[in-house]
Amino acid sequence: MKRGIRWAFVIFITPVLLWLFLLIVLPHIDLLIMSFRIEDDVGNSTWSVSNYLNFFNEPIYWLTFTRTAVYSILVTSLTFIVALPVAFFITKVVDVRYQGFLTMLLLLPFWVSELVRVYGWMILLRESGVINHFLLKTGLLRQPIEMLYNDVTMVMGLVYTSMLFMVVPLISVLDSLDDSLIEAAYDLGANMGSILVKIIIPHSMPGIVSGSIVVFMLTLGNYLTPNLMGGKNSLWFTEQIYNQFIASFNWNQGSAFGFLLLLLSSLVIWAGLKLTGQKLSKVVK
Amino acid sequence: MTIDLSVQNVTKRFEEFIAVDNVSFEVPEGNFFSILGPSGCGKTTLLRMIAGFTEPSSGAIEIRKENMVGRPPNKRPVNLIFQHLALFPMMTVGQNIAFGLQRRGEKKEAVKTKVQAILERVGLPGFGNKNIDQLSGGQQQRVAIARSLVMDPTVLLLDEPLGALDLKLREQMKVELKKLQAQVGTTFVYITHDQSEALVMSDHVAVMNAGRFEQIDTPQNLYSDPQTAFVAQFVGENNAWSGRVVQTVDDVVQIEVEAGQTFRVRPRQAVSQGSQIGLFLRPEAVLIQPDPGLSELNRFEVIVKAILFDGANSRLLVNPLQSDREILIALPQNRQYDHIRVDDRIEVGWDIESGICFNSGS
Repeated sequence: MKRGIRWAFVIFITPVLLWLFLLIVLPHIDLLIMSFRIEDDVGNSTWSVSNYLNFFNEPIYWLTFTRTAVYSILVTSLTFIVALPVAFFITKVVDVRYQGFLTMLLLLPFWVSELVRVYGWMILLRESGVINHFLLKTGLLRQPIEMLYNDVTMVMGLVYTSMLFMVVPLISVLDSLDDSLIEAAYDLGANMGSILVKIIIPHSMPGIVSGSIVVFMLTLGNYLTPNLMGGKNSLWFTEQIYNQFIASFNWNQGSAFGFLLLLLSSLVIWAGLKLTGQKLSKVVK
Repeated sequence: MTIDLSVQNVTKRFEEFIAVDNVSFEVPEGNFFSILGPSGCGKTTLLRMIAGFTEPSSGAIEIRKENMVGRPPNKRPVNLIFQHLALFPMMTVGQNIAFGLQRRGEKKEAVKTKVQAILERVGLPGFGNKNIDQLSGGQQQRVAIARSLVMDPTVLLLDEPLGALDLKLREQMKVELKKLQAQVGTTFVYITHDQSEALVMSDHVAVMNAGRFEQIDTPQNLYSDPQTAFVAQFVGENNAWSGRVVQTVDDVVQIEVEAGQTFRVRPRQAVSQGSQIGLFLRPEAVLIQPDPGLSELNRFEVIVKAILFDGANSRLLVNPLQSDREILIALPQNRQYDHIRVDDRIEVGWDIESGICFNSGS
């Protein structure tokens, strides 16, 4: 009997372990080794930390790196600010009958690939795009303006892409918030602001943190949206990695960048958990 | 005596449904006022209108002569204790109690002293730093009361707060709540479907049914002198018959109840001959094996069907001869009736003054 259970356990755990080891652990070890090696002109490779030193010596690299981090944090905060009222509306304001329907509406755009959605935005926003066309027709503009290829558009695109990953955890935590807590606070003299700060946000903290982790990671590692919607100055760090691997064919440098990005995301998430006093084990539940 | 709460002709409509129908009452300062009614009678809606969560469709709600209609709950001098208490789980006991005071912008020191004082008052000194989930049901109850009382409301509203407690604790909290109210002197408006809670604690009780008040009275009067058939049936236990008035002699009427049995009753309100009436009789009004010397009794023989032993609240379940009708009779526990067994045939009787009858209308 006991033996049987153990066999079943082995059968179910093996694909997971294989997947983790072959597709995650092994390539990362390879990348880590690669990031500490350089090739000289002849093609002999030797151990070195110069890949990492390059990152600090070349301002363009660490500037892009900081920029990516700061923008990712900004996008995460903006996504939260946009998502909280949406989640609150769906869980607390709307009639229970429409909750599923509204959540569905929210999900629907995500059935389409990110690439298609970004192209959708581009059709709307570009110089000869839909919005410019209407603004010209109504006479609000004399000259069409380029709304693409700047930081604002890029941030908007990233917020749009990440929305769902913030709204869903928020809906689930707000659903578990007893309405009478809000009423009790209201009864005890609280206004909307203090109810939000003292009751809703503390209660939603696990959802906020898990949503933020997902949104932050997705944004930090996003390649498509910054590349297509951002301008020449909106360089994202993933593009640097791409350039090293594909354009410069310098895999050693690229893997060093990859590891730096991994380090950065882990660091920011660790700091976020520390700041909000949440535990990772509790958040991922 | 000042009137703390005055509700005048308040009506609440939800589309077609009338939840509260033209209700008026006044609660004097320091009174413990209960609204007693079955679930769905509109009592919670009424309470929420007083608290400010719902606005009445028409009518006025005044607290100390100030009109409250249109004023949000956070601006009203009333506090509500919720059915499930609604303590904030993300805060400690002390933070829960301090919450309202802080919203009011009171000084840190004042808040601290008030929180400590109220915790002592409800019997939880030194509990300030505990978490809500560390407390027992009874302790949470007290924290909820403290959180509202510390605000020093003109009227404290309680929405069946004892409902979730187990029986023993509920009995205990009933007495405690009554004592606490007497100590602090705050006006309490308490809603419940449990008649015992209402009768034990209140100075005045309003019995509510289908959105209307049936009777507002002291608990004693409500029990001994119900004004409507609903009150007679809802407050305390009653044996009920429906019958027809067949004869009137002076002020005594003869009522034929179903199964051909007739009772003589001296009604408290006028009933006309031939009319359909409802007859109610308290279990303790029925005498077991009454003294043959007593006149003015409705005497009849019954068969004992069951002995329902429940300490001081023990009763006999009996059938009149040739009838399936069940009658409850209080069984005093003075060992005088210990000889009664199931299937015994005994004589019972009740005074013609004890029956309460109401015109059934139809």
